[in-house]
Amino acid sequence: MSKYSMHLLVCGGTSCHASESDAIVCNLRDELEAKGLMDSVQVIMTGCFGFCEKGPIVKVMPDNTIYVGVKPEDAQTIVEEHIIKGKKVTRLLYKDPITKESVSDSKDMGFFKKQLRVVLRNCGFINPENIDEYIARDGYQALGKVLTAMTPEEVIKEVKASGQRGRGGAGFSTGLKWELARKNQSDVKYVVCNADEGDPGAFMDRSVLEGDPHSVLEAMAICGYSIGSSNGLIYIRAEYPLAIERLKIAINQARESGLLGNNIFGTGFNFDIKLRYGAGAFVCGEETALIHSMEGLRGEPTVKPPFPAEAGYEGKPTNVNNVETFAAIPAIILKGAKWFASIGTEKSKGTKVFALAGKINNVGLIEVPMGTTLREVIFEIGGGIRNGKKFKGIQTGGPSGGCLSEKHLDIPIDFDNLIAAGSIMGSGAMIILDEDDCMVSMAKFFLQFTVEESCGKCAPCRIGNKRLHELLGQICEGKGSLKDLDRLKNMSLVIKDTALCGLGQTSPNPVLSMMENYYDEYVAHVTDKKCPAGQCKSLMEYVINPENCVGCTACARVCPVNAISGQRKEIHHINPSICIKCGACMEKCKFDAIFIR
Amino acid sequence: MSKITSLADLKKKREELQSGFGIRVKAIDPENVVQVKVAMATCGIASGAKAIMEFFMEQLERRNVAAFVTQTGCMGYCYAEPTIEVKLPGQDPVVFGFVDLKRADQIIEKYIKTGELVDGIIPVNYQTIDLKE
Repeated sequence: MSKYSMHLLVCGGTSCHASESDAIVCNLRDELEAKGLMDSVQVIMTGCFGFCEKGPIVKVMPDNTIYVGVKPEDAQTIVEEHIIKGKKVTRLLYKDPITKESVSDSKDMGFFKKQLRVVLRNCGFINPENIDEYIARDGYQALGKVLTAMTPEEVIKEVKASGQRGRGGAGFSTGLKWELARKNQSDVKYVVCNADEGDPGAFMDRSVLEGDPHSVLEAMAICGYSIGSSNGLIYIRAEYPLAIERLKIAINQARESGLLGNNIFGTGFNFDIKLRYGAGAFVCGEETALIHSMEGLRGEPTVKPPFPAEAGYEGKPTNVNNVETFAAIPAIILKGAKWFASIGTEKSKGTKVFALAGKINNVGLIEVPMGTTLREVIFEIGGGIRNGKKFKGIQTGGPSGGCLSEKHLDIPIDFDNLIAAGSIMGSGAMIILDEDDCMVSMAKFFLQFTVEESCGKCAPCRIGNKRLHELLGQICEGKGSLKDLDRLKNMSLVIKDTALCGLGQTSPNPVLSMMENYYDEYVAHVTDKKCPAGQCKSLMEYVINPENCVGCTACARVCPVNAISGQRKEIHHINPSICIKCGACMEKCKFDAIFIR
Repeated sequence: MSKITSLADLKKKREELQSGFGIRVKAIDPENVVQVKVAMATCGIASGAKAIMEFFMEQLERRNVAAFVTQTGCMGYCYAEPTIEVKLPGQDPVVFGFVDLKRADQIIEKYIKTGELVDGIIPVNYQTIDLKE
C-alpha cells in the first residue's frame, strides 16, 4: 500500500488560500525535505473545511488532529513536534469556546456538527436507482411500523407532536394538515406531493428527488394511511427530467417489491402513486393552482376556503405537502416525535435544507438545524463571500422573500424570526449578494420574475407588479424622484393586502425589505442619480483620468462604437453620448486610467 | 424482484442487504474491493460527471483494479462538481472534488492503487442521522 504513513491536509479553500495556505504547504514540504521525511509524509491541499473563521486549517491524518489559525512559520513546529516527536502542538489546537479546553480530534469539534442531515440522510450516499440500497438504510421500515403497529390517529398524533411545519414555505403544521384531511369523510381522497420547485436559486427538492426518491414515496404512503387515502400524485415540473426518470424507476421498483400497490405488507392497505407534470409555472406551486393544473385546467389559484383538505383534486379531500416535508416523515416515525422536536427552536422544529447560491464560495446544498444563524450558514458552512468581497445582503425565500442585511446575520433562522426580520423562510433558497450588487436592480430582477409568472387572474398582482417593475426601471435609469420611493412603498403595501394568492401577496417583499434595509441606496439613485454599487448603466459614466493616460490607443481600438478619441501619445477622451458603457476599455487599459464616475 | 409481503420480510431483506450490502456487486465481496460513487444529480451531470463515471468504469477494469463504480445523488458540494467518493477496503471514504479526467487518472494511479492522497479532497463537514430504532 501507500509508502506514506502520514498525511498533512492543508485547506485550500478560497479564504484559507487568502491567508497564505500556499506558503504553509511550501514550508511544510521544505521542512519535511530537510528532515528526510518526504517519503513517509505527504502534504495535500484540500477543498474548504468550512471552518474559515479559524483558518487556515491543517489536518494530520491518520490521527485526525486539526490545527487552526496556522501560519507559514508554524510548519517547522508541526513537523518537529507532531511528526517527529509525536506530540500535539497545543497552542495550535482548537479551543472549545465553552469549555476552554483544547480539542484535537475533528470528530469532537462542535463546528463539524453544524450540519445535520435528516432529509438529506441518503442523498449522495445511496444509488437512487436501486431500491435495495434504500432498504439497507432502513427504508420502508417506517411504513411497516405504521401499518402494523400504529393507528392512523396515532400517526397523526406523532407527526403533530414532532412540531414539523411545512417546508414549502408557509410553515403550516404538517400534523394538523393531515388531521384536517382525515376528518373530511369521502370515498376517495388524495395525497399530493408538491414538487413544483420554482424559485430562482432553489434546488432542494430536485436534489432530494434525484438522490433519494423512495423517502418521498414511503412518506406519501404513510400519509395515505393516516388520512385514509390510497391515491398518491406527485406534481413535478417537466423541467426536472432526471428527477422524473428516477421517480419512475423508484415507483416501478416499489411496485415490483410490493411496497406500493395492493395489500402492502399483507395488511390490506392499498396505495399507489402516479406522476403529474407541470409546465413550470411558478404560481402552480400554490396548492389550489397546483390542483387546477393537475385537473387539466389553467394554473390559477382560487380563494381558500374551501381548503384542499375539504375539496381539492376533483373536489375530493386532498392533502398537499412539499417534497422536503415528506422526506423527513420516515425519520420522524422511526426516531420518534420527541427526537425531532429536540432539534431546532421553540416554534420551528427539526432541520432545514438550504440551497446556497450567488456570491458565496461554497455554492451548495446544506442542511442545518433550525436556529442556526445566517452568519454560521454564510461564513462557516458557505465559506464566506467570493473573491474576498464584502457581504451586502442575503435574499431568503426567493422572489417572495426579503433581503436581509448585515444587522440580521446573527438571528437564528426559523419561520418566525425571518418573518419578524421582514423576510420569509420560503422553500429554502438563499441568494447571497455582495458589495457589487445594486439593491434597486436586484428588486427589479425579482419583480421581473413575478411579472412574468403572474397568472393574471387578480388585478393587484397583474397590474400592480407591472407598475412596480416600471417604477424600479425608471429609478435605475435615473428618472426617479423621492416621491417615487413613496409610491413604490404604498403600491407594495396595497398589492400585499389585496392580491388573491400567495404569489401576489408576497411579490412586493423584495422591494419593501430592500427599501427598508438599503434606503440610502434608493435615495442615491433618485437624488444624486448615482448607483453606489456601479451596476445601473444609465447612472454611470466611463471617464479617462488624464494623469494616468499615456495615449497608447488600446482603449480606442477596443471600443465597439468608436466613442473614444485621441491622438497617439496624447490624452484620450470618451464621448459620453456615444458610449454604451460596455466596460471593454476599462478592461483593456493597462494604466488604470479609466474609471467609473 | 421478489415481493415483500410482510414487515418481517422487509426486516429479513434489510439484514441480508446490510450484512453483505450485496446489492452493488453480485460476485465479489464488497468489503474487499474499491467502491467509487459518482454524484450524479442534474448539476453533477451538467458539469461532466457522466464522462467521469464512464472513465472510472472503463479504466478500473482495464487497469485490473477490483472495484465497482456506482452513481449516487447530490452530495451538496455544487461548487466542486464533479464530485466522487472513493472508499478503499477497510478505510473511511474520501470525497474528491473538481474531478476532471486528469484528476480521475491521478485518483486511480495514486489513491486507489497506492493509498497516496491527491489534491482536491473535500473534508466532510456534516453529520448524518442513523434511522435505527
